[in-house]
Amino acid sequence: MTYAQARWNEPTIEKFSEHGKVGYFTLAPGGTLALGSIPGKLRRTNPPALPEVSEIEVIRHFTRLSQENFGVDLGLYALGSCTMKYNPKVCDFIAASHKIQELHPYQDEKTVQGILALLYAACDRLVKIVGVEKMTLQPAAGAQGEYTGLMLMRAYQRDRNESKRDEIIVPDSAHGTNPASAAMAGYKVVEVRSNSAGCVDIEALKSAVRPRTAGFMITNPNTLGIFESDILEITRVVHDAGGLLYYDGANLNAIMGKAKPGDMGFDIVHINLHKTFATPHGGGGPGSGPIGVKKALSEYLPVPTVEYDGSKYYLDYNRPKTIGKIRAFYGNVAIVLRAYAYILLLGAEGLEAASDVAVLNANYLAHKLRRVRGFSLPYAESTPRKHEFVLSASQLLKETGVSALQVAKRLLDFGIHPPTVYFPMIVEEALMVEPTETVSKQELDAMIHAFQQISDEAYAGSDMLKTVPHATSVTRIDEAKANRPKTMKLTWRMTTKP
Amino acid sequence: MSGAHPYIPNSDPEIRRKMLGEIGLELVDELFLDIPPSIRSTAKLSIPPKLSEMEGRKYLETVLGKNQSTRDMLSFLGAGVWPHHVPAAIDSIVGRGEFLTSYTPYQPEVSQGMLQCMFEYQSLICDLTEMEYANSSLYDWSTALGEAARMTVRATGRNEFVIPHYVHPERLGTLKTYCEPAQIRIVEVAQDSRTGAIDLSDLRGKISEHTAGVYLECPSFLGFIEESCDEIAKLTHQNGSLFVIGCEPTSLGAFKPPGQLGADIAVGEGQPLGNHMNFGGPLLGIFTCKGEGLLRNMPGRIIGSSTTQDGQQVAYCMALQTREQHIRRGRATSNICTNEALLAVATAMYLSLLGPAGLADLTATIVERTKYAIEQLGKLPGVKAPGFEALHYMEFTVNFDRAGRKVREINDALLGAGIQGGLDLSKHFPELGQSALYCFTEVHTHRDIDMLRDELRVILGGQAN
Repeated sequence: MTYAQARWNEPTIEKFSEHGKVGYFTLAPGGTLALGSIPGKLRRTNPPALPEVSEIEVIRHFTRLSQENFGVDLGLYALGSCTMKYNPKVCDFIAASHKIQELHPYQDEKTVQGILALLYAACDRLVKIVGVEKMTLQPAAGAQGEYTGLMLMRAYQRDRNESKRDEIIVPDSAHGTNPASAAMAGYKVVEVRSNSAGCVDIEALKSAVRPRTAGFMITNPNTLGIFESDILEITRVVHDAGGLLYYDGANLNAIMGKAKPGDMGFDIVHINLHKTFATPHGGGGPGSGPIGVKKALSEYLPVPTVEYDGSKYYLDYNRPKTIGKIRAFYGNVAIVLRAYAYILLLGAEGLEAASDVAVLNANYLAHKLRRVRGFSLPYAESTPRKHEFVLSASQLLKETGVSALQVAKRLLDFGIHPPTVYFPMIVEEALMVEPTETVSKQELDAMIHAFQQISDEAYAGSDMLKTVPHATSVTRIDEAKANRPKTMKLTWRMTTKP
Repeated sequence: MSGAHPYIPNSDPEIRRKMLGEIGLELVDELFLDIPPSIRSTAKLSIPPKLSEMEGRKYLETVLGKNQSTRDMLSFLGAGVWPHHVPAAIDSIVGRGEFLTSYTPYQPEVSQGMLQCMFEYQSLICDLTEMEYANSSLYDWSTALGEAARMTVRATGRNEFVIPHYVHPERLGTLKTYCEPAQIRIVEVAQDSRTGAIDLSDLRGKISEHTAGVYLECPSFLGFIEESCDEIAKLTHQNGSLFVIGCEPTSLGAFKPPGQLGADIAVGEGQPLGNHMNFGGPLLGIFTCKGEGLLRNMPGRIIGSSTTQDGQQVAYCMALQTREQHIRRGRATSNICTNEALLAVATAMYLSLLGPAGLADLTATIVERTKYAIEQLGKLPGVKAPGFEALHYMEFTVNFDRAGRKVREINDALLGAGIQGGLDLSKHFPELGQSALYCFTEVHTHRDIDMLRDELRVILGGQAN
């Protein structure tokens, strides 16, 4: 297969504007007359400078733009830590029903028993998968789940007169959202280093915990794709110091049916439904980041929770110790519904098979790619990875001058979405690869072949690698220009400024 | 059947065996030996076995069938999520796999489509609000408000945030959760019980050298329009505080935009602009500001227009990433990563489809429907509608005190007639008595409003006689 992304040089939509064109109208007999009732003081004097375009122009414009965008539906999307698995189409079709799309959150409970039943069931399944007591589906994304979890921690510790606990510990390989959420929730962030095996350094952790420790946030498997085998020791050290354990669920796809965060000792767990449970990422969102907690924390969950009294489902606001609201309404319901559909379609065995194959695919790929000249698998080379692994291109850079970034850009020419680059920061020239379970062996072999070819090109001193990518809608972008105050353009008005 | 799953190509036992062989293993289980036995799950997950696509879809559609959507019955609920028609063109585009199944555009060369959509969304939102900068989305209005409060505190070094009394309870709750850890004090300003107008003398007394920001909603949560925005903006700015306006965006086809009302930061809910209600989520948080100082303090992703390195082509990429968590970690302006990009695409399409004329038409229709509904409901016996003497947009309170009836009873009776009544306000705002918040948009015809009026007359009459 050869890849050539559409290259439309598509102007912005306002360039199609001509006075008098319209793309949609509301039938409004006598409508504009009503504007006379608005006093001049409140009236908008100049209409908003929106484009005037017809429906077909809007359709063509956005269809052309879609052709300049790469999604899971087009090919392998190996972006580490993002779990870019296939998003089953049937889940989208189910969520397109007016029985969900045109449902208002304040409708009488009698009229929404169907969706409440599904939300309740979704909580039940997720609780069982991660091994906790209770769940809220409200957080809009993983990061909001983190914030929610940390607010639960605050409320819990405050109730125990432990407000002096104001430090959150994170490993140096943690996702950026972990320290950002902790800071936002009012905590000081303490980083602990990884050991030579790429895992939490227990001694470093022991010396980091103290009476001010509120909790420890970690993902397991960690961002290197390595299972923290000392997890029980880690949770013991933190618990002994009076802290709580927070599980960042970004890497849950590796362990469904294999091990439960609850059993590892975690008190608070977030789940990224848009990763592990196959809901589409939508170009950056919407996602959904439910939070599950152990019993001691469940009374603090945000309101409302979804409950069942034996005959009907209802929203429970009567939770005196709740942290309150973290967003409007009940969560990204249309996303939760898709995730629940996915759980139904996979069942217990399917979820376990998903983890089996995600891990098998990652190890197969790691086994082959670390043997490609210029690449290596730092940290515990012989330890099996889980759902992802982090390659280093530092030898390639040293020997050929070709960086991880160039490798990533060159992969685009093969129609492969590259791995996450330069993360985690504890690996030089990092390429974080997560194939997921939804790729075939042929696709994995094609990726291995692409790496081999890129390595050959690098060692042959190919100039072509300096200008990659070539097959994409645009070639390399001048990102500095987008950030310099004088050339920064964040709207089309700024574009036309003299 | 081979045991393979349709979504998992390599779940076929033969393919697995081949791959395992290549890495020198016999069983997949060997890849999980590093999980300590004491935490290794021994039992299967206690969730039901898989269903086929046909079975799963049938089951879920049967359960969803128990819902009565706002298409099955007449509904007059708004209050944070509003019923509007979503043009088919939008659903058709946002369902395209190229957009739907893509991630955050970290590889800009292969993500120009989404990046350009975000750039257009930011531009259109700035045109709509007459603000200078917009980010490419937050989760919803309520979290946008929480982020705005924190931003005013970061930008001014002060620690109080002033809000009106009548704020949506969901937004107030979220604001509190966002403010508490940052030790921001929320100060409430009274509103006139007759007109709903901000009590300017109370405001004067409550703003001080501690005030980071003053927040106003236009239209208010209860639908009335504040007429003293100018004075409030002036008071706020004289005090060195930032003025934050929350807006419902369909009103901006005819009402003054926040940029003209003196806002430094404007937030709002993008759901009405081309997104379905979806039982309250996902939603779309609009976030805008003015001035470069605030820009650099803004939460969320921002897309910029640049060129290719050879300068030959326009190209888009993320801008000002050093504010964000993946770079700045614990010192980021916010923890937000995943946002509501796909809803922003829908909104960019919606604003493009409507254009200035279409938007004015929409706003005018809603103004007309609101006026008609006020006329019809206002003359019902025992009813006061609107509860406030002011101009209203899209929503207004309907008070049943004189009829001696509870909103709950009335709504139950309406539901019996296939009508979902307005939101019961008695719990959150007891001083309003038995009042409900009713919403009227372009989806409600005069006939629909007449049906509501007639049904209410029957219900109220039944009691009076």
